[in-house]
Amino acid sequence: MIRPAPHLAAGARHAGWQEAGTLPRLLPAGFAAGPATLAEHRARYGPEPAPPRSHPDRLRLIGEVERAGLTGRGGAHFPTARKLAAVAAGPDPVVIANGTEGEPASAKDKILLARSPHLVLDGAAFAAGLIGAREAYLVVHHSVRDLVDEAVAERGRAGRVRFRVVTAADRFVAGEASAVVHWIERGVPAPLPRPPRLADQGLGGRPTLVQNVETLAHLAFIGRHGAGWFRALGTEAEPGTMLVTILGAVREPCVAEIAVGTPLQEVLGLAGGVSGPVQAVLLGGYSGHWAGPDALARPFSAAGLARLGASVGAGLIVALPTDVCGLAETARVARYLADESAGQCGPCLFGLDAVAGELARLADGHPASLATLHRWLGQVDGRGACAHPDGAVRMIASALRVFASEAEQHAQGWCCGTAGTPVLPVPPRRAR
Amino acid sequence: MSTAAVIAGSQGLWLVSRASGLALLILFSLVTVLGVAGRLGSAPRWMHRLAVTEVHRTLALFSVAFLGLHVLTALLDPYVSIGWVATVLPFLSGYRTLAIGLGTLAVDAFGAVLVTSLARARLGYRAWRAVHWLAYLAWPVAFLHSLTAGNDLGIWWVALIEWGCALAVGTAVIARLLRALRDPRHEMPGGSRRLSPREEMPGGSGGPWPRGEMPGGSGGSWRRASRAAR
Amino acid sequence: MSGLVLRVDPIACDGRGLCAEALPELITLDDWGFPVIQPGGVPAALAGEARETVRICPKLALRLDRGTDHG
Repeated sequence: MIRPAPHLAAGARHAGWQEAGTLPRLLPAGFAAGPATLAEHRARYGPEPAPPRSHPDRLRLIGEVERAGLTGRGGAHFPTARKLAAVAAGPDPVVIANGTEGEPASAKDKILLARSPHLVLDGAAFAAGLIGAREAYLVVHHSVRDLVDEAVAERGRAGRVRFRVVTAADRFVAGEASAVVHWIERGVPAPLPRPPRLADQGLGGRPTLVQNVETLAHLAFIGRHGAGWFRALGTEAEPGTMLVTILGAVREPCVAEIAVGTPLQEVLGLAGGVSGPVQAVLLGGYSGHWAGPDALARPFSAAGLARLGASVGAGLIVALPTDVCGLAETARVARYLADESAGQCGPCLFGLDAVAGELARLADGHPASLATLHRWLGQVDGRGACAHPDGAVRMIASALRVFASEAEQHAQGWCCGTAGTPVLPVPPRRAR
Repeated sequence: MSTAAVIAGSQGLWLVSRASGLALLILFSLVTVLGVAGRLGSAPRWMHRLAVTEVHRTLALFSVAFLGLHVLTALLDPYVSIGWVATVLPFLSGYRTLAIGLGTLAVDAFGAVLVTSLARARLGYRAWRAVHWLAYLAWPVAFLHSLTAGNDLGIWWVALIEWGCALAVGTAVIARLLRALRDPRHEMPGGSRRLSPREEMPGGSGGPWPRGEMPGGSGGSWRRASRAAR
Repeated sequence: MSGLVLRVDPIACDGRGLCAEALPELITLDDWGFPVIQPGGVPAALAGEARETVRICPKLALRLDRGTDHG
């Protein structure tokens, strides 16, 4: 049950305490545009969560995180406590706060770092304490690099964790956990082969915790207020809040914070509501799923979307207006995803390229073989070293399902879309 | 032992040495051609790639026997003084220093390739591949050795074999070079497809919003609003 | 079943195709020449051939793991 967020001014009545069941948590509405200074941050949220003082204390706090039910907010939604425990078991671990956000349409991590960098730093420091690390890397988008540098400088030498800021690579796959490690180590933003696990051997051979910056911000709250507070919003199975990026046929595209399980229609309301009739929604990210308009009634949670074969992913929600051709949009994104292949694995490199080509033909109104498309999608799925081809296949397969009737029309040369401007942002094609 | 018998024995050794040398050149050239051909990308249907690599490997191992024979007979021949050390360290032979030295160099290179290939699974791909490049050194050196150390080029069919081998290997290598230049993408070499970290996307970062602007009403740039006040 | 699973490292694999020639019972090539390994583990009768196939790969991209195939 969500109440509209009361706009807490900087001098709230309980400095450092925030009511459990209220929004927003991560994105405070009371600040002027721009990031919170350390003083403002402490005034609003109180002092940083106390790091564990002993090994049993560490275990107790990881248990608290487990009770809170926090899962990763980078897209995979892996239980955070389990990751913490796995990395804490090894010697000389290191934390990597992943703010790469390679998804071109998603802006939540950039906004979070731009508005509340100290929340992320709190979370990273707390995570470091939980696993016994002395070092934390912050991999951030270049547009927020300066802000994060300043926030780190503000914290100075206080605390036992040493922060290092790294500008993220500007590639789609660069946000994948092992790609981030590879980027820091050797300047190559390409995923690494998966045995060994990063929790055992990651950066420099050390046990590595790679965590999305939003997850770390939530972790900072659990450190301050405990599991019960965290669970006061969201659903029983998926507690807490999450950041979403809302685009497309909405009046005010934005990044908003919602309680997990909020009905999609209500989420769109946070962006000023729909600006016209919606024919489909893209959920999760460019590796996510298309769904028809019946998705609008569903709660935005893994359980709520499972029936549609979709998931919340990295929190991207794009409402597709009826006058835009869904196949053309998908074809553009498919070409982008194919170009963004790290090029290390044949099925991804050649397969996605072939699929994108065929989709482009279909979008242009040429007869394309759907049977061939499906065979190729089957041959690409799961055959790379990372989840990039899987995500692309997922998105494209869902598009072929949702826009099935459009596909038939296109095969005969007809297209329903009239609007000239595309909806899904795709960066310009780089020179090869 | 009578002088005639000694001379006959020596002649025998010398003959075997030369014959095994020639056989070795043929084998070595075949191995090289097969090794290069296996990398020509799309092999024709009738030339199964598996067969090519397996024959390449088998012939290479087989040629070790001939190599042993060739070196041993040359060493045992009392009329030439080569010395055991010169079989592994080049240019130490008293007899035809340069010519024999080239042969030793070829043996060294081939030996390194052989040993690393046998231990390939343990060494890993990169180390194995790096040493295997020595094969491109081993063949020309062995060929030069065959030209300078042997006396038989006057025999027409020996010369035919020599230049035939050179032609075969030369053709294979040129074909390989042409293929590499013309169709690099098919190769999918891990190195050239690596992402360049310095590649900047034209027009700035991705995302629908221009640099410095974010959706969500706060508008404006991201520089600290309170900077002036501090 | 032999309790062995044949797996390919997709980064090391270059699509040379020797594995499919050596072990056609378990390995086929996709439309771009890269190996598709039949799920379900290596049958006991093919264990020896599977080992040979691992050796044959010019990029050392194949490996035989102990365990069962989870698909």
